[in-house]
Amino acid sequence: MNEVAFLIAATLSSGTPLALAGLGLLINEKVGVVNLGAEGMMLIAAVIGFAAAFHSGSSVVAFAAAAAAGAVVAGLFGVLVIWLNTNQYATGLAVSLFGGGFSAFVGAGYIGKTLEGRSQSSVPFLGDIPFIGPALFQQHPMVYAAAGFAVAIGLFFSRTRVGLVLRSVGENPESAHALGYPVRWLRLACVMAGGALCGLGGAYISVVYAPLWAEGMISGRGWIALALTVFATWRAARLLLGAYLFGGVTMLQLALQGAGVDVPSQFMSMLPYVATIVVLVLISRNPAWIRLNMPSSLGKPFYPGR
Amino acid sequence: MLRLEARAEASRVWRYASPVVALAITLLLSALLFVLLGKDPIRGLQIFLIEPFNGTRALTELALKSTALALCALGLALCFRSNVWNIGAEGQFLAGGIAAGGAAMWLTMEKSGIGNWAFFPIATVAGALGGAAWASITAVLKDRFNASEILVSLMLVYVANLLLSYLVFGPWKDPQGFNFPQTVTFDMAIPRLAAGYRLHWGAAVMLLLAVLMWVFMSRTFKGYQLQVSGQAAAASRYAGFSARSTLWICLLTSGAFAGVAGAYEVTGLMGQLTPYVSVGYGFTAIIVAFVGRLHPVGCVAASVLLSMFLIGGQLAQSRIGLPAALTGLFQGILLFSLLACDTLINHRIRLGASSK
Repeated sequence: MNEVAFLIAATLSSGTPLALAGLGLLINEKVGVVNLGAEGMMLIAAVIGFAAAFHSGSSVVAFAAAAAAGAVVAGLFGVLVIWLNTNQYATGLAVSLFGGGFSAFVGAGYIGKTLEGRSQSSVPFLGDIPFIGPALFQQHPMVYAAAGFAVAIGLFFSRTRVGLVLRSVGENPESAHALGYPVRWLRLACVMAGGALCGLGGAYISVVYAPLWAEGMISGRGWIALALTVFATWRAARLLLGAYLFGGVTMLQLALQGAGVDVPSQFMSMLPYVATIVVLVLISRNPAWIRLNMPSSLGKPFYPGR
Repeated sequence: MLRLEARAEASRVWRYASPVVALAITLLLSALLFVLLGKDPIRGLQIFLIEPFNGTRALTELALKSTALALCALGLALCFRSNVWNIGAEGQFLAGGIAAGGAAMWLTMEKSGIGNWAFFPIATVAGALGGAAWASITAVLKDRFNASEILVSLMLVYVANLLLSYLVFGPWKDPQGFNFPQTVTFDMAIPRLAAGYRLHWGAAVMLLLAVLMWVFMSRTFKGYQLQVSGQAAAASRYAGFSARSTLWICLLTSGAFAGVAGAYEVTGLMGQLTPYVSVGYGFTAIIVAFVGRLHPVGCVAASVLLSMFLIGGQLAQSRIGLPAALTGLFQGILLFSLLACDTLINHRIRLGASSK
């Protein structure tokens, strides 16, 4: 019983950074911008968040700093792809490579440092219920925030006027422009909001999940989050589910090893990456399905007045 | 007010001036960073710009790194020109290293007594096959199931790293190696260019392949087809050029090239397989390809530049006590500046309000 509760709790925790980053990328992609820099933004946010937590002792400060860092880097990316019309893939790769270098450079002094005063958080009353409490209600507040973001973002895009406008920017920027909407500024706002969410995801890993700084510690989660947006066919609720699914896959290796399954640990560690490939294959198999759901202007530059 | 205006025709001048300006911006920012870190900027730049070229040994080390980078970048340039986004060269590099390392291990264990010159082609072919095989996974999944080559090739980097780790911790571990995660030390290696230096004949192979790649890209019909499919997909379909063949040719070629680079790294320098084959050449090569204007000659030149940064970073660590990660930072800034400057190829900056 306790093991199961622990596994559920661990799944939620390891799915949370994926959910946060995936939701950020979803916002990006809804307005037609694909940002391959997720891994880099998460790395930068992870090291900034860790440094902030280390010096301030406050995880609120850490998350705020990480979100700001993510938004700033995403803003740089946004200006390049939205105003200078640079290739989105190449620029995103630049963010990832820059993020790897920047985080390793800044983080060199933080390797081996630990965060003090790690508080065990628990939801009042609910956290005390046997089994359900430890499984669901003894998490860091960011876990619930991520789930809340998913619901809010889903409703925002499907039920609000601004959400509708943003979707139109992603589906057909020329029409949105003709209707008088500031396409470029709306895109930049979404790209920066997405960067902030990726930042929260990165900081969750270095401040709550690990909690420590190690070079390259995001280990592909930014890329997995990118795959999640495809997996979720650009829907927030499905993205959250997908993130927990991947969190579960990560935990599965621990469960299997605990159960004494004799498979080399390296093959276990491959699971999340192989699962990503399998999921991509299953989802992408039907091109019509993808085309139906994908924002039509995804990855394409927009030139107003042409 | 400054504004951008589209050029009627792409600027040839900016196509080649852009990397130079980007490099200047990078160096300027680097100097600024040195000042912020309380280091002498002149000394800092000297370490990055002068010392990697200072003396025969430094030059051979530079050529060694350039060989690996250029091999990876040549294939990537072909891919990017053809709009195939293979970003997993690092995984293909590892696969090539595993294949060639495996061959070398087997030949050593069998006491084949094979010489360095006879081993040279074996390592090259094994590396090429290993890298191409690894890239073919991406090609199959894209071709058959439409799965994004970006994400698949990238995920396979992590898988390749773990596969290598499994092999050297498990079945390929040296029985007499005191339980260290490494294979036996190979009896043979890629022949060296000169005694006393680590530079091997792989560098010559790289130059030969660069020439062949140039001929293929600019002098053959197939090469032309690939580039049309990259620049104008609709035109390419109308002309009846096969998108599938583009995908396969690009991925197999770039996989093979990166695999050869990995093979030379393992059998030319390391002399055994360890878990630490991956040092990021496959990722740095992405920058090399873009800085080299996706042109074979440019790739070779850019590989020297990026090797300079790699060596400069190592030197900065030992000489002025800065983390070697500085290199990654500079590389990122370089690519950013380059992409921004590239805007000037198709646009010009105008003063004043829009005429429209």
